[in-house]
Amino acid sequence: MSPFLTNVTYFTAGCYVLAIALALWRLLRGPSAQDRVLALDLIYVNGLLIVLVLGIRYASQMYFEAALLMALFGFLTSTALAKFLLRGEVVE
Amino acid sequence: MNSIPLWIEVVIAVLLVASGGLAVTAALGVVRLKDFFQRMHPPALANTLGAWCVCLGSIIYFSALDGGLTLQAWIVNLLLAITAPVTTVLLARAALFRKRQRGEHVPPPLANIGR
Repeated sequence: MSPFLTNVTYFTAGCYVLAIALALWRLLRGPSAQDRVLALDLIYVNGLLIVLVLGIRYASQMYFEAALLMALFGFLTSTALAKFLLRGEVVE
Repeated sequence: MNSIPLWIEVVIAVLLVASGGLAVTAALGVVRLKDFFQRMHPPALANTLGAWCVCLGSIIYFSALDGGLTLQAWIVNLLLAITAPVTTVLLARAALFRKRQRGEHVPPPLANIGR
């Protein structure tokens, strides 16, 4: 991999880390519980994107499976938390 | 490992930088907007165009590296496209329910409009 593309992947991962830090501020600060769930969902998506960029950086296909699992678990946690906020229990 | 041409690297770099900018924009929107229902909108940036740009860059990179079409990254996008609206709708309903219970000013239920 050329130094140019390596630096670009580092820059992109840095952008995602900045986005995670901003979302973390909303997660800690958030006035209501639904704000925190929204911020957690955004953090999950950004972590997934970091894993995809690392897959480009190290030229390895194995990162896709990790990203897939992160997408799945992010959806499950966000949905379960939203259901919990809606009814007070997750499984009806 | 065979190297890939420079113009393909430039295309991948543009896609990656665009995705990073979109992710930061989404996070800034989540931090800066005033109301929860306004804050629900910016994460869609990272969910759709941000993820699409990274997946397209990944597909181009691995296709150029292997010399064939490598489409594994697509399935992450497919999963995000299916799951993100479900989460958003459930979260919006939860927020509406909680705000209504707290007696704040929210739109009336749709069931009462036609009566």
